Amino acid sequence: MRTFNAEGYEVREIVLHGFPVRIASVLLDQAWSCRIDNVSPGATIARGSGPTREAAEQDALTRATERIKRTRRIPRDDR
Amino acid sequence: MGSYAYPQTLVDTDWVHDHREDPDVRVVEVDVDTFAFEEGHIPGAIGWDWASQLCDTRLRDILSKAGFEALMGASGITPQTTVVLYGDNNNWFAAWAFWQMKIYGHEDVRLMNGGRTKWLAEGRELTFEEADIAPTTYVAKDADMSLRDYQGALAKKVDAGSLHLVDVRSVAEFTGELLAPPGLPETCQRGGHIPGAANVPWGEVCAPDGTFKSRDELAALYAARGVTGDKPITAYCRIGERSSHTWFALKYLLGYEDVRNYDGSWTEWGNLVAAPIERP
Repeated sequence: MRTFNAEGYEVREIVLHGFPVRIASVLLDQAWSCRIDNVSPGATIARGSGPTREAAEQDALTRATERIKRTRRIPRDDR
Repeated sequence: MGSYAYPQTLVDTDWVHDHREDPDVRVVEVDVDTFAFEEGHIPGAIGWDWASQLCDTRLRDILSKAGFEALMGASGITPQTTVVLYGDNNNWFAAWAFWQMKIYGHEDVRLMNGGRTKWLAEGRELTFEEADIAPTTYVAKDADMSLRDYQGALAKKVDAGSLHLVDVRSVAEFTGELLAPPGLPETCQRGGHIPGAANVPWGEVCAPDGTFKSRDELAALYAARGVTGDKPITAYCRIGERSSHTWFALKYLLGYEDVRNYDGSWTEWGNLVAAPIERP
């Protein structure tokens, strides 16, 4: 069985359209993988991959931005 | 892990590394992100897709007994197998699988503490290759529905005030500010929570590395929100997977006896016509 080791796992948080998101990236064999979650509750919003960490993160960020922009905050008076 | 009520239900990454090829151990990855397994998984592990293999998509229900037996058999699992579950998001759907395995009476099932993220962060070994599985014939026990709550029964307990109800969603979902976690599709018609629920977001049971907090920390966390073992407890979230994680912590780490998962959760209750809710 051919195996490899996960390398370079890193995680950081940013704010995307008013919502905190967590960006985690790791090298899995030949490709970088990135997942972006919404911190609370921590659900994955988007994933991406690429030949570099930056490319994988940008791939995921593009999709995460599209999705998180659709999130509605219900004003207290409208609930 | 020795201080937990049932420490045998939790193993660490070293244990999995050392035992993953034991013939009586089956390691199973269950992710929220169903593509994660294909990106690399623990050598010898198999993957279950929660969306297609751990539910009856036609009935919107958990697996039937026959469906569960078929999955176990195809996975090379016998009733004597030690099954170790792990996954992304600190084991959300791994806990969902754990809950179903307990419903159908599997004796020795465990979670890998910290889940997939901890394995990756530690730079551990992965593979793309599928494990060779010799199918088995698995005979499950009858379903133990004392681990599950249904809307009708729950409504009576809510009316009577005879339980601790734990809403494990985020604060914004609990208050009705958001109808779904940020970035995810809305699946309900209104926001808020079931009357009387205490809000203890699932992630509060975890340390920064994704492992569970100590038994004392967990007991203090829930006691501060009025949730103790003196009454039955039901946990819920949006579709029942985050609450499986909390159900595990309450039942197996704290040892509270009567703990149920309401997998209908807010997607069911929040969409019911005329069902009472609270909004702060």
